[in-house]
Amino acid sequence: MAVLVVADIHGNKIDDSTHKTVSAAKAIGGDVDILVAGSGAVDAAAAAAKIAGVRKVLHADAAQYANRLAEPFADLIVSLASDYEAILKAATTTGKNVMPRVAALLDVMQISEIVAVEAPDTFVRPVYAGNAMQTVKSNDAKKVITVRATSFAAAGEDGAAEVISVDAPADAGLSSFVGEELTKSERPELTGAKIVISGGRALASYENFEQYIFPIADKLGAAVGASRAAVDAGYVPNDYQVGQTGKVVAPELYIAVGISGAIQHLAGMKDSKVIVAINKDEEAPIFQIADYGLVADLFKALPELDEALG
Amino acid sequence: MKILVPVKRVIDYNVKVRVKSDETGVDLANVKMSMNPFDEIAVEEAVRLKEAGTAEEIVAISIGPEKAQDQIRQALAMGADRGILIKTDETVEPLAVAKLLKAVADEEKPDLMILGKQAIDDDSNQTGQMLAALLGWAQGTFASKVEKDGEALKVTREIDGGLQTISIKLPAIVTTDLRLNEPRYASLPNIMKAKKKPLDVKDVGEFGVDISPRLETLKVTEPPKREAGVKVESVAELVEKLKNEAGVL
Ligand SMILES: Cc1cc2nc3c(=O)[nH]c(=O)nc-3n(C[C@H](O)[C@H](O)[C@H](O)COP(=O)(O)OP(=O)(O)OC[C@H]3O[C@@H](n4cnc5c(N)ncnc54)[C@H](O)[C@@H]3O)c2cc1C
Ligand SMILES: Nc1ncnc2c1ncn2[C@@H]1O[C@H](COP(=O)(O)O)[C@@H](O)[C@H]1O
Repeated sequence: MAVLVVADIHGNKIDDSTHKTVSAAKAIGGDVDILVAGSGAVDAAAAAAKIAGVRKVLHADAAQYANRLAEPFADLIVSLASDYEAILKAATTTGKNVMPRVAALLDVMQISEIVAVEAPDTFVRPVYAGNAMQTVKSNDAKKVITVRATSFAAAGEDGAAEVISVDAPADAGLSSFVGEELTKSERPELTGAKIVISGGRALASYENFEQYIFPIADKLGAAVGASRAAVDAGYVPNDYQVGQTGKVVAPELYIAVGISGAIQHLAGMKDSKVIVAINKDEEAPIFQIADYGLVADLFKALPELDEALG
Repeated sequence: MKILVPVKRVIDYNVKVRVKSDETGVDLANVKMSMNPFDEIAVEEAVRLKEAGTAEEIVAISIGPEKAQDQIRQALAMGADRGILIKTDETVEPLAVAKLLKAVADEEKPDLMILGKQAIDDDSNQTGQMLAALLGWAQGTFASKVEKDGEALKVTREIDGGLQTISIKLPAIVTTDLRLNEPRYASLPNIMKAKKKPLDVKDVGEFGVDISPRLETLKVTEPPKREAGVKVESVAELVEKLKNEAGVL
């Protein structure tokens, strides 16, 4: 039995979600290979080869993989599928985009965003915004799976797998890349950060994020997140959204500021180890899941917090 | 162009679901049902394309129980022209939904299908991508902006690092993200008008598609409960507790 993990790469770097997906693959059992697809991406392939417990790295190098377009990426994965009983990819936006396409081409029902492996064919996944946990057994011969990376520990880096080149199927040319507008930030990436501080509608502007949230984030080495309301209002970019339909985070410490605690938001952060809520409404639902609640006006509390952190 | 919009009847997003004590599923008795919020965004986008003169006809499709007609009627009230209900009382998985939608697409020959990125009940985020694969079409998922660009569609997508813009050949599949638009409320006159718009009801059996589930649900359980913690009186107390009690600072 062999399992294929499809890596997430950014430029020439391998994303940490790949290490976590490898752990999910090991829980299924059998040999674990990694597919790295990119244009060039030699360094990413070399980095993948270091992930502990990996048998080999398949490296596909072609122009059509540079921007992770779904159609050629899915065709590549399908071309390799016959050697594997299970194909896994982290439930990043790339994973969510590509893997269902792979599943349909293989006539398989994808198992989305698993948080646990119970048996090689049985998995746990959240449904209804995480208000219920579903244990499902797949009756498909081949499993196509996306993995909630925060639910698995990262595999180590003492491996030395061989890297082999694989052929790229012809590109059908259905789509083309136009451009990308990536959020630039020196702060840690949201889904991998140890500490996250998120702001909600109450922040009221980008300037207030800048004045009240960012300095604390920088002192704590934290990533910045947000509720949908703050993103919709344009205070911060879309990729800050934490929740059912945004990013799922599980840091050591999550600080929710001016966020009411709608179920859709909780779905993205309730597995954090320690939750702090700062809200001026003592009835706000966020307090029902917070380990430490501070009923206060954020515009008063945050400068104090900034000061207390030295 | 002609646009098909699949709309799913789901539990309303404001309802906090309860897991049944026998662990077979969640309790759907007497809970409010609505159109999946992402599908409202899909209908809205289609209607705007029609208002802009880019689209001529919008067909709303739902796969579900008799009552899913309510959601089709809502789409009609928002501006869709006609509806198709593929009736079944079974739970239909995304792969089977995609196969049924493909059958409809083969017959209707649309230029574009707009789906929600995710149904808020199964949280699968699969159907649009699967449908694109089955049809051999391009896909523009998690769209926050859609523009017609000659024979192609320019789609701005919400991705983990920010925004990506791609160009996709038509016919194509688009799936909606939250910031694509703000869906309108149907006005009373439009709700009345919608009652007279054509709505075809077909039985799922007519399509010759195998809809038997591939995933067997062994159980549905409550997620681990988080207990509410303590209220602190001051920022100083908070910092002290985070340092000495929680050990996270
Ligand atoms: C399909 C769908 C998907 C969704 N997906 C997501 C998702 O992924 N993530 C997400 O976050 N939401 C999501 N939502 C939206 C969600 O339902 C809520 O609307 C949203 O989370 C509310 O954001 P908020 O808490 O910032 O705003 P509000 O609910 O308006 O809360 C603002 C809070 O700030 C407090 N406040 C105000 N002023 C101050 C002050 N000066 N100091 C301190 N506190 C103050 C108020 O007491 C209030 O509790 C989704 C909704 C739908 C329908
Ligand atoms: N039963 C259904 N009837 C109509 N459309 C559906 C159905 N199931 C899924 N869809 C469409 O597919 C999208 C994604 O659903 P899912 O893949 O289940 O998360 C939804 O937003 C709908 O547009």
